[in-house]
Amino acid sequence: MMKVNELINQCGFEVMNEGNHTDREVTIPFCCDLLSIAMGRMPAGAAWVTVMANINTLAVATLADAACIILAEGSRLDDAAYQKAKEQGVTVLLTENPIFETALMVYQKLHA
Amino acid sequence: MMNDKIKLCYDVPADDFTRAGEASSNVKSKLKMMGVNPEIIRKVAIAMYEGEINMVIHAFGGTIDVVITPDEIEMVLKDDGPGIENIELAMQAGYSTAPDNIRSLGFGAGMGLPNMKKYTDELNIDSTVGVGTTVTMKVKMNER
Repeated sequence: MMKVNELINQCGFEVMNEGNHTDREVTIPFCCDLLSIAMGRMPAGAAWVTVMANINTLAVATLADAACIILAEGSRLDDAAYQKAKEQGVTVLLTENPIFETALMVYQKLHA
Repeated sequence: MMNDKIKLCYDVPADDFTRAGEASSNVKSKLKMMGVNPEIIRKVAIAMYEGEINMVIHAFGGTIDVVITPDEIEMVLKDDGPGIENIELAMQAGYSTAPDNIRSLGFGAGMGLPNMKKYTDELNIDSTVGVGTTVTMKVKMNER
C-alpha cells in the first residue's frame, strides 16, 4: 500500500492542487474518461487517470471517493474546475504521459 | 446518536453543470459527520449525483428531498421535466438521449439510471410524459 504523497514523490507528477488528504492510501489505478462509467465502476481510494478535466471530473472524484486525480496527456483543469478542486480539497496531479503509461507506473509503484 | 428523522431539501438548478453535485456533496458531508459507514455514503453520493445530473440534462432542474433515519436513507428527486417515454429502455446500460454537448462533458454514456439501480437497495421511477418524473431511491444503513 502507498499513500498519495508517496505516489507523488515516486512518480514525479506535477502537483496542480495538493488537496487535503495526501496521507490517504491509494488502492488501485483506475482509467476512464466517461464520467458516468467512472462513477459506476471506480473503486474507492482509486488514483483516477483521465484526460477529462472539467468541473464535473471534480464532482465525480469527490462523490466516488477517489484518492486523487491524475490528468494525463498534458490536460489541465480550467479555472472553474481548479477553484472547485481547491474548495473540495481534491488532490490533482499532472503528467505529459499517456493514460496507459501513467496507470502502469502507478500500478508498478503500488506493487513494488 | 441518530434516533430522529433528519430531513434535507435541495433545489437543483436547471442547465448549470457547475453546480450539479452540490446537493450530493452536501448530503455526503452530513452523513460523514453522522459517522455513517463510508461504503453506504459512497452509494448514496453516487446515486444522488447521477439523479442530479439527469435533472440538469433532461428536466430543467427540480427538487431533492432526503430523509435519513437509523434504518435507511431515502432520496426523492422530483422534476417537472418532459418525463421518460420508455423507462425500460432508459434503464438499459448504454441507452442515452443526451445531446452531444453533454457527451463532450463526459456524460451521456447511458449509465445514469443503471448506476442509480446498482448503488441503491430500492429504486422507483414514476414518470408521466409532459408532466414530470419522480425518482425514489433508498439505501439501507445495514448492508446485507
